[in-house]
Amino acid sequence: MTHAITADDLRKVFRGRREVRALDGVSFAVEEATVFGLLGPNGAGKTTAVRILTTILRPDSGTARVLGHDVVHEPSVVRTLIGLAGQYAAVDEHLTGRENLTMVGRLNHLGRTVVRDRVAALLDEFGLTDAADRPLKTYSGGMRRRLDLAAALVARPSVLFLDEPTTGLDPQSRNDLWEVIETLVDNGTTVLLTTQYLEEADRLAKMLAVVDQGRVIAEGTPAKLKADLGATVLEVGLHDHGDADRTMAALAALGPHSPTREGSLVEVTVDDGPRAAMTALRALDSEGITPIHFTLREPSLDDVFLALTGRRAGGGAGQDGTEAGTGTEAGAGTGAGAGTEAGTGTEAGTGTGSEGSGQGASALGAGTGGRP
Amino acid sequence: MSVATLAPRVHPARRVARALGDTATITRRNLLHYTRVPINLFFSLVQPVMFVLLFRYVFGGAIHPPSKVPYVDFLLPGVFVQTVAFGAVSTSIGLAEDLQQGLVERFRALPMARAAVLAGRTSADLCRNVVVVVIMTGVGFAVGFRPSGSATAFLAAVGLILLFAYALSWGFAFIGLSAPNSETAQVMSFPLLFPLTFASSSFVPVQFMPGWLRGFATYQPVSVTATACRDLMIGGPVATWVVQSVLWTTGFLVVMIPLAVWRYRSSSR
Ligand SMILES: Nc1ncnc2c1ncn2[C@@H]1O[C@H](COP(=O)(O)OP(=O)(O)OP(=O)(O)O)[C@@H](O)[C@H]1O
Ligand SMILES: [Mg+2]
Repeated sequence: MTHAITADDLRKVFRGRREVRALDGVSFAVEEATVFGLLGPNGAGKTTAVRILTTILRPDSGTARVLGHDVVHEPSVVRTLIGLAGQYAAVDEHLTGRENLTMVGRLNHLGRTVVRDRVAALLDEFGLTDAADRPLKTYSGGMRRRLDLAAALVARPSVLFLDEPTTGLDPQSRNDLWEVIETLVDNGTTVLLTTQYLEEADRLAKMLAVVDQGRVIAEGTPAKLKADLGATVLEVGLHDHGDADRTMAALAALGPHSPTREGSLVEVTVDDGPRAAMTALRALDSEGITPIHFTLREPSLDDVFLALTGRRAGGGAGQDGTEAGTGTEAGAGTGAGAGTEAGTGTEAGTGTGSEGSGQGASALGAGTGGRP
Repeated sequence: MSVATLAPRVHPARRVARALGDTATITRRNLLHYTRVPINLFFSLVQPVMFVLLFRYVFGGAIHPPSKVPYVDFLLPGVFVQTVAFGAVSTSIGLAEDLQQGLVERFRALPMARAAVLAGRTSADLCRNVVVVVIMTGVGFAVGFRPSGSATAFLAAVGLILLFAYALSWGFAFIGLSAPNSETAQVMSFPLLFPLTFASSSFVPVQFMPGWLRGFATYQPVSVTATACRDLMIGGPVATWVVQSVLWTTGFLVVMIPLAVWRYRSSSR
């Protein structure tokens, strides 16, 4: 097996008013032509790892290589091999979309005509042709984000780094981007992406590393991680707080995982969803408890954290404005059936997603491209 | 084991050519900003024109240069220098904005020459100063500026001004790279610029200043350059002031370029 990216015991401490151990010995390896997901809550160290791997930041210690080249000792070689779309769109507000991409092409030392054709193709692929000659000031957040991703692809990098690429994209654009990534990987590109959404990692990544407070706390295929966790989460919403203790007891009887409670919502990780649901309903019925909400859903990043660390991830949504339609929406899907959210695009939701179909080029964000 | 791709070996001459190409790309991009935000160019021109009019027609009557030169001839070379000195703020603001927008972060991950971001910024500001000086010369002639020196001496003075401005740009690049945002970059720049431009011989002869100020106002770089230009443009004892101005300029370049480059390398935010 050949590795396109290797990180070995990376450490980085930010010294400011308060000392922050952003990376505390992070190691992983990314197989060529696959998607590797770095999953973690706010402040986990994902961006720091990406910045080190893309030669922007020097680690305090540890080594990292991209296609065999050390990021500290051969940064200029590494830069010819990589593409980066950072967490926040790095674009020039005063230039048009086309000028932005052209600038990046020129700075990659591509020929003039090569740049022109490549830029036109990317604008088309990302649904930005109509807006191509308008200054970026007139772009919506999602359009900016897509332009930033296009900029990362101008030089056809062998290794692509995407830091939370779908944050701020609508569900349609997100699906389109997923398809673009799958196509790239089919054609041999290696992708490292960071995300806060287990669902996204599940859909795209062949391998995952879960990071928390600068450490890798779990690693493996999405299927393995979820299996370790128990595949599903059973959520029971109660009308009456007074029923919570008895509900906890009923759900505790289901299996190895212990239920948790937040207000009138009790949830437990279960290994076999449908069977557990039936057992739970019977138990609740015999207790005379009628829930107002009863859902089976895929485990979220939060659940992964709870299971791995025994605490909730990062104390809330943080500054990134969690998008509607992603992650978990407690109370959304009532009724029976595995409550994977509609519109997020995981069918079945259990496949590793690495055998992506990659149906040719897709018009990313066609639905929103024309927005002013 | 990892796959090692062949490292592209780049010939030194090719490297220099690329660095120049990258600088040109960044310069072009910065100049495009002036066409997108013409208000910036407008401001960098209107302010000096206002100064010319203000000093020429409002204060001018009360100011009497030592030698018998008309005040307008005394004033214009000073306004040239003062204008380009003030213009250097835009170098610090521009770089601070690039850092803020995350563009510098993108540039750092590109296979471009490290120095191109700074060289492209200062080159664009040099281009802007050429335009500024041309327009100001026009305004000067319109309000009665009649340099009595030779055309060669006039061009030499313009060269001196542009070189001085270029050197200052590097100093302000350092400030821009040290500021957390563009507003702070601006605020940090003015306390330096005000004494340099106003406690100087740009607008008024220094002999009416109090003694403690006179020494500074005579020998600080803006004054030295203004005096050198004045002597070149309207005739006078040229050599010592031109030499001093060139020394200041060279000193700035020698100190500020490495400092700015060092700041750029270390300002990984
Ligand atoms: N330049 C910096 N100076 C000081 N502290 C920093 C800097 N960059 C990151 N940190 C700190 O390092 C830690 C890790 O930050 P990092 O940006 O890598 O997290 P992240 O996993 O990308 O989080 P998010 O999901 O919010 O983007 C955080 O505690 C952060 O505050
Ligand atoms: Mg981040």
